Amino acid sequence: MTAVLFQQVSRHFGAVRAVDSVDLAIAEGEFFAMLGPSGSGKTTCLRLMAGFEQPTSGHIEIFGETAEGVPPYRRNVNTVFQDYALFPHLSILENVAYGLMVKGVDKAERLKAAEDALAMVKLPGYGTRRPGQLSGGQRQRVALARALVNRPRVLLLDEPLGALDLKLREQMQEELKSLQKSLGITFVFVTHDQGEALSMADRIAVFSDGRIQQLGTPEEVYKRPQTRFVADFVGSSNVLPPDFVEHLGFGKHYASLRPEDIGLGEGPGRKSFSGRVTAASFLGAANRVTVEANGARVAAMLPAAVAVPAQGEMVTLSFLPQDLHTMDGAQ
Amino acid sequence: MRSDRNASAPLGLKVAAGLGLAFLHLPILLIFLYAFTTEEKSYQFPPPGYTLQWFSVAWNRPDVWEAMGLSVRVASISTAVALVLGTLCAAAVSRTKFFGRETISLLVILPIALPGIITGIALRSAFSFVEMPFSFWTIVLGHATFCVVVIYNNAVARFRRISGSLIEASMDLGADSFQTFRYIILPNIGTALLAGGMLAFALSFDEVIVTTFTAGQQSTLPIWMLEELVRPRQRPVTNVVAMIVVLVTFLPILGAYYLTRDGDQVAGGGK
Repeated sequence: MTAVLFQQVSRHFGAVRAVDSVDLAIAEGEFFAMLGPSGSGKTTCLRLMAGFEQPTSGHIEIFGETAEGVPPYRRNVNTVFQDYALFPHLSILENVAYGLMVKGVDKAERLKAAEDALAMVKLPGYGTRRPGQLSGGQRQRVALARALVNRPRVLLLDEPLGALDLKLREQMQEELKSLQKSLGITFVFVTHDQGEALSMADRIAVFSDGRIQQLGTPEEVYKRPQTRFVADFVGSSNVLPPDFVEHLGFGKHYASLRPEDIGLGEGPGRKSFSGRVTAASFLGAANRVTVEANGARVAAMLPAAVAVPAQGEMVTLSFLPQDLHTMDGAQ
Repeated sequence: MRSDRNASAPLGLKVAAGLGLAFLHLPILLIFLYAFTTEEKSYQFPPPGYTLQWFSVAWNRPDVWEAMGLSVRVASISTAVALVLGTLCAAAVSRTKFFGRETISLLVILPIALPGIITGIALRSAFSFVEMPFSFWTIVLGHATFCVVVIYNNAVARFRRISGSLIEASMDLGADSFQTFRYIILPNIGTALLAGGMLAFALSFDEVIVTTFTAGQQSTLPIWMLEELVRPRQRPVTNVVAMIVVLVTFLPILGAYYLTRDGDQVAGGGK
């Protein structure tokens, strides 16, 4: 079943097309990431799903029901806000129980459910504290518990890990993923961190300028970027100009080639080209070498075991033909 | 210049500060003192004798009760009107962006910046222009103009400190607009409204100028006192009433001060 369906959805703010003719279908139980730089329209899409924004045109369905005109409080969708938005005047337990309280669930029952939700996010016994007394990571868990206690059919997460430090972020990524698996709830996740999107999501929509540039599994998006923007934004793929690609015998198209797919020297079945080394840097597990060849700058990731070519040296690089992906209508 | 917290101030400065405070507050004590004097025609110092009779005289004078009752009713209703309008206006200005927002913000604050006499004359000519007879309600309207400002100022400052996502979070969790106001907005702006309301009440209670222009034959308490001062008999009754006015207006202002001082804990942001 389709959890969230967008048909030609646009949201304009004056002359700004924050979301521009977006089509997408998120399946039930999916972990779906919307990835893009700030201002790309991903957060507006999330707000359209939550009901904080109404589409300028187009059609939105949530579990088969038309969402236009349905206010946020009548949608079976909950949001984890970027700043968590915990109510400062309520205790943690009251915060978590809030959704049940406004729906008229009786006190004993809702407090029990809130306790259970806090235990689920590994904060049992924190109920009597105030939001101001918790750390950023703990507040994030409370925000998660507060949303999940309502048993939403879709959980929207707006850059939920953005404010956490690296170690905590990695830990939360795993916990979110396992939580989503065990609950079976559809998660829609907004992030500007491509690593986060690649490691957590079942499918990714890459946004730029209010449009979806590419929609696919992390592997597809990473290995076969369809546009120059995606190639550039997801990871750091080489975007090869048409002349260069034609020279290698692939026709006159833009193409992407991952730095880690490029090796030093020639080999059987490999396409090769030569160029002058303009920069080389040591990254620990690998060496990153930038080569200028036929007017194009190409970055290659070489294993640390291979001796690093000196700057200015002429080298021959090669790759397997299937690793080069031509991009149609690339902008 | 270096200042040392522990160093004692020079004697001259202490005396000057003492004199300054005495100049500010001794006259008020004198008013209290004269409430107990036995001399009823002039303010004679020291009082020739002391008595509590003026309290019972004041208690038994219907004009005192009438003026006091009118002032309390005017202040209560002006404050109530201002609470509703000021809060709504503050919510609109701080929560949404619309054309002319800054202008509206300025226009709302203007009545308290304008001299009372201008507000008074303006309202009086406006009332006569629409042929509205002077009554209890014209006084309330006049007072509401500056009461709204006080409420608005208090509420707008607090509204700005409420993170916008709190309201969205409440809606997201299933609360409709009324529930969101009741459970999220009100607890966060409550003390600001209480403080603003007390201040508005106190301002209205001792207002003279606007009242002079907008009242008909009725006298609010301050107007009644002004009239009493020119009469020769039973002067200490005025002092008794003055004491009560000081208490009625001073206590709310003190309360408002303490409530807004602790406001930070109540209205911490969303993070």
